[in-house]
Amino acid sequence: MSLTTAHSVVAPTPISKRIAAVFVIAYALVSIVPLLWIFATSFKTPPDSIAYPPKVIFEPSVEGYCNLFTTRTRQTREYIDSLPAATTFCDEVTRKRNMVIAGPSNFLPRFINSLVIAFGSTFCAVFLGTLTAYGFSRFKVPLADDLLFFILSTRMMPPIAVAIPIYLMYRELGLSDSALGMILLYTAVNVSLAVWLLKGFIDEIPREYEEAAMIDGYSRLQSFFKVVLPQAATGIAATAIFCLIFAWNEYAFASLLTSGEAQTAPPFIPQIIGEGGQDWPAVAAGTTVFLVPILVFTILLRKQLLRGITFGAVRK
Amino acid sequence: MTDARLSNPAQAADAIVRATPRLARTVSGLSDRMVAWLFIAPTMLLLLAINIFPLIWAIGLSFTNYRANRPNEAIDNVGLRNYERILTDPDIWIAMQTTAHFVFWTIALQTLIGFSLAYLIDRKFRGHAFWTTIILVPMMLSPAVVGNFWRFLYEPQIGLFAYAVSFVARIPPTEVAMLSNVSLAPWSIIIVDTWMWTPYVMLICLAGLRSIPDYIYEAAEVDRASPWRQFWSITLPMALPFIMLAILFRGIENFKMFDMVNLLTGGGPGSTTEVASITLKREAFEKWRTGYSSAFAIILFVAVFGLANIYVKALNRVKQR
Repeated sequence: MSLTTAHSVVAPTPISKRIAAVFVIAYALVSIVPLLWIFATSFKTPPDSIAYPPKVIFEPSVEGYCNLFTTRTRQTREYIDSLPAATTFCDEVTRKRNMVIAGPSNFLPRFINSLVIAFGSTFCAVFLGTLTAYGFSRFKVPLADDLLFFILSTRMMPPIAVAIPIYLMYRELGLSDSALGMILLYTAVNVSLAVWLLKGFIDEIPREYEEAAMIDGYSRLQSFFKVVLPQAATGIAATAIFCLIFAWNEYAFASLLTSGEAQTAPPFIPQIIGEGGQDWPAVAAGTTVFLVPILVFTILLRKQLLRGITFGAVRK
Repeated sequence: MTDARLSNPAQAADAIVRATPRLARTVSGLSDRMVAWLFIAPTMLLLLAINIFPLIWAIGLSFTNYRANRPNEAIDNVGLRNYERILTDPDIWIAMQTTAHFVFWTIALQTLIGFSLAYLIDRKFRGHAFWTTIILVPMMLSPAVVGNFWRFLYEPQIGLFAYAVSFVARIPPTEVAMLSNVSLAPWSIIIVDTWMWTPYVMLICLAGLRSIPDYIYEAAEVDRASPWRQFWSITLPMALPFIMLAILFRGIENFKMFDMVNLLTGGGPGSTTEVASITLKREAFEKWRTGYSSAFAIILFVAVFGLANIYVKALNRVKQR
């Protein structure tokens, strides 16, 4: 038995590698199917999307995307024929279904809300988080461990439990259904992640750099801005992306605290309905548009992922 | 350019310090302290305003019969009656049981599949990095938006999931009504959660497996320990702190679970999938029993906090071994 592994005692044998590969690849392929299905459905026509058995091969159509960005009204054939020729691609697609585009849908404003709230709260959380992480990393703060635990514990509360008093508070302050209110709330939720992650990153920067700079005549603040910040740039960027993803994906607060003006995309997408129920191609189109930025970020973040999802507890 | 703007406050501070060099030296200890508080205070103030103040408000409300949809009605102090009613309400206990069932099965499945996957990926076959990235994708996506799409996959007849199950199990697709069947509905949520979060457990387990140094296995080979023995006495115990960390994070997250359940089943059919967060939402934002739901929120928070604390202590003990 020891003969077969004589070349290296611990390296896996080629056979075990092959078996492992089969299982892992099988899992990966199965787990990616729902995502591929979202993508495929977004290019189906509504009848194709609900065909039985489910259609794997179909003629691609942009009807889902058209329906996502517009609202439509049903009209008689005669009325549609009396209209001037269709000017846009979506016009044509819609008219084939005996409908006329009535105006833009709410998707774009909701998507813009998502962008504003996610970027706004990420900026605030990373700004505050960097300062606080530096404070905890470099100075003797009384009760530092307790304060850090307090910061983390704010994230353990069930969102609905937090939402009840926030709802009342925002009603008093006039922040209900406002982007500012959501930015404040997401900043508070994200700042705990930012502090914990960034403290890990800043801890890794040797103190000697700042000390050398301070001996050369830099003040504490100068050495923070000119020595520590550039060194921590990668960590700050990774933290920012994690905060961005959280704020972008968040649903519980958004669905309870926003309804119109400041509603973000996650509570909006499930509400997209067509005639006679959910318009699945449009939902799939909205989901695709919504997911693509996250996919890009996930690939960028690959190396920092572990650290991000464990609040910096596991580093590599 | 940006550098100059960033260092503006620094330059201002610097100018003051340079103007009074002797003073600067004498207060240099103090100024560090000032900087520390200056840097930490804003975050603390924000958390106090958005987290702690509302929490205290909720504690206050939990002793009243306040209803948020009738702000002008007189508020009565009901003492501990809300807490008493929650702890004796059978519906609440059913919701807690549903939550426990959900947390238990998701964690069991995710740990089992996640660890196995990590173990297999650690064989370092060719292309493992690429396939690992593919596996990780679902966990980064919005549980609400993707969970919502699973409603379509679960649809009997037209849904891909229902079709695949009926095809494999050779039963008519109309019988695979995942979301409306009382005994299948809880599993429909467990499946989506497992699909989404197994990669999370896998990633942490992988870090655990990779943290085990090769020389331990080499020593075991020298001692002629069987692969089975090596797994149980080296691999598993050394990866255990990581597995427990993954369970801790998943446990807290799933105890709070709201979005996926709300979108997939909304707590139904009946109340078969009504986890604690859904009950809380119904009480607070549909029945508008603000005082009562505040009390329930406090109980939930204490429960998460207490369980997490106990678990962290156990985790530390494992780590020290």
